[in-house]
Amino acid sequence: MTTIFERRRSPDSGLSRRELLKRGTVGAVLVIAGNAVISPDRAWGVETTALKPDTMATLIKLARDIYPHDKVPDRFYAIAVKGQDTKAGQDPAHRELIEVGVADLDARAGEGGYRGLGWEDDRVAILREVESTPFFQAVRGDLVVSFYNQKELWPHFGYEGESFSKGGYLKRGFDDIEWL
Amino acid sequence: MAAPYNLNDDSVVVIIGSGAGGGTLGNELAQKGIDVVILEAGARIEYEDFINDEWDSFAQLAWLDHRTTGGGWRVSKDFPNLPAWIVKAVGGTTTHWAGASLRIQEHEFKALSNYGKVEGANLLDWPITLAELEPYYSKAEDKMGVTRTHGIEGLPGNNNFKVFKAGADKLGYKECHTGRMAINSADRDDRMSCQQTGFCFQGCKWGAKWSTLYTEIPKGEATGRLEVRPNSHVVKIEHDASGKVTNVVYADKDGKLQSQKARIICVAGNSIESPRLLLNSASAKFPDGLANSSGQVGKNYMRHTTGSVYAVFEKPVHFYRGTTMAGIIQDEAGHDPSRGFVGGYEMETLALGVPFMAAFLDPGGWGRSFASAMDGYANTAGLWIVGEDMPQEQNAVKLHATLKDQYGMPIPDVWFTDHPNDVAMRNHAYKQGQALYEAVGATRAFPTPPYPSTHNLGTNRMSEKAQDGVVNKWGQTHDIKNLFVSDGSQFTTGAAENPTLTIVSLAIRQADYIADQMNAGSI
Repeated sequence: MTTIFERRRSPDSGLSRRELLKRGTVGAVLVIAGNAVISPDRAWGVETTALKPDTMATLIKLARDIYPHDKVPDRFYAIAVKGQDTKAGQDPAHRELIEVGVADLDARAGEGGYRGLGWEDDRVAILREVESTPFFQAVRGDLVVSFYNQKELWPHFGYEGESFSKGGYLKRGFDDIEWL
Repeated sequence: MAAPYNLNDDSVVVIIGSGAGGGTLGNELAQKGIDVVILEAGARIEYEDFINDEWDSFAQLAWLDHRTTGGGWRVSKDFPNLPAWIVKAVGGTTTHWAGASLRIQEHEFKALSNYGKVEGANLLDWPITLAELEPYYSKAEDKMGVTRTHGIEGLPGNNNFKVFKAGADKLGYKECHTGRMAINSADRDDRMSCQQTGFCFQGCKWGAKWSTLYTEIPKGEATGRLEVRPNSHVVKIEHDASGKVTNVVYADKDGKLQSQKARIICVAGNSIESPRLLLNSASAKFPDGLANSSGQVGKNYMRHTTGSVYAVFEKPVHFYRGTTMAGIIQDEAGHDPSRGFVGGYEMETLALGVPFMAAFLDPGGWGRSFASAMDGYANTAGLWIVGEDMPQEQNAVKLHATLKDQYGMPIPDVWFTDHPNDVAMRNHAYKQGQALYEAVGATRAFPTPPYPSTHNLGTNRMSEKAQDGVVNKWGQTHDIKNLFVSDGSQFTTGAAENPTLTIVSLAIRQADYIADQMNAGSI
């Protein structure tokens, strides 16, 4: 089972700031520790069971490159791709598909790998080369549901979701447009 | 109290499917004192249990049995196993439909005569006229509580409609209003009025939108003459040596095969399952399938020429609030070949939630162009195009050569390719839709491709002559007197209108005919 966990912001938990500095991974860069990918502010992490944590970190980056919403934090992308780890745990062929697919992205990116490319345009250029591959299709096809179907994310889009329990919109602005 | 009928009772009318056609026919016959068994493949899910969540509702209601697709349509590439977005549950697709209830226009009943021969199209005139159907349209509108008919007020316009109407005015369109909708604008028929909840496609949790699930079916059951058997998936219709159909073989809720005898059998499983069932019922006497002497069973599959236009504005619209289909423009619905195509199209507002917007806006799309479109969601307005598509013989529901379902029956393989007329019409509608939104200040517009089909039509078409189609003007098969088709697969041509009102009207009319024929002892 893949887990996303909230990390307590205590100095004892997780990696020390010194450790982070030593690894050269401060800033908006995901940290790999053991079998987990940890956010730079250490507010959350994702533990993997089947995929390499490095692979998971790349999937999170890849997910953002596929559906780039700059005001949406990484956490939502991590939640969206964690199902790839779960599926990889149940199906060795799927694990192979993802691991080989990510390794291919790294190889195409050259030294420093996919995550090492600083500009989105450079990463997207690689993705355009592989967009018809089963790997990319498997990741994108799952992501379009697993990312946009997160209720916690709907306020970002201004979508209010379920409305029956609130009596619909009859008295809550179904016709409140004023700018026309 | 619903009447239970014995499997060996050969006096009953068996109806396969409980949607707009089957559910209505079942009630109409029961009201006349005729004993009816409706076999419904799906479960009975009452409206309180519908879910205001797009994917969860889809899992609850959608017909997800294995299907394959082929042909040039984009649905086949993006949703290869989901040709249609229809429902497997008691009430059928009347749980999911948006409620638009329009009469087919007079000239559309005579498509071949009025459009002339169109190359590559298999056009034909209906064997009935608007005048013949008008009394039944009127009964159906009254039954369903269609707004703007029978003195019923229109629904109020939501934000999406207001943007649409402002654009229509700017373009000079004259026929724009909040539609003729089978959604209560005030309490009626023991059902409450629309609360503008915005999940029409997910089943109306108020029961404000007409569905056979909570109108026709309970009314029929109350007569004691109608039994609805849910979770009963029909696999085959059988016949005797004379060629008369005698019984229906179905898998019950436990997957066990049962056989229900019948005096008359009416097929109403929607335009994919209905022809599939006739084809799968092939026998030594009917090697090409039942009622298929014309070779037209499964052919002429139509799905309406559809598409959507979404547009983003500087300021919020919140188009998901309120009725999903909240208004219509009918100015383009006429036949005006100077536009470069025959037939016409309606424009109707449409809204999707974030999950389905992501799935359908540009299937397969990704990157900044896609994501920024999604970021404009709250400021988005949208409309759906529904126009007449050309019947074509090669657009067909076929039996898959190798794949079978859990009962060993070949699965349906749904083939569709746009006719050049369909493409020309869609492009015209895209242009008009974008111009409409740009006229009210849209900063960006998206011509969105067709979704999996909800309007599935034509695969057992109605014809004057037996050689041209599968059923006669009553929906009775040309070949077998006690076998009827009672759903949208009867449609001779697609017309520009949402099909449900016509399906219901034909079912009411068919019930009169069946009752007369039974009384006369001719079936």
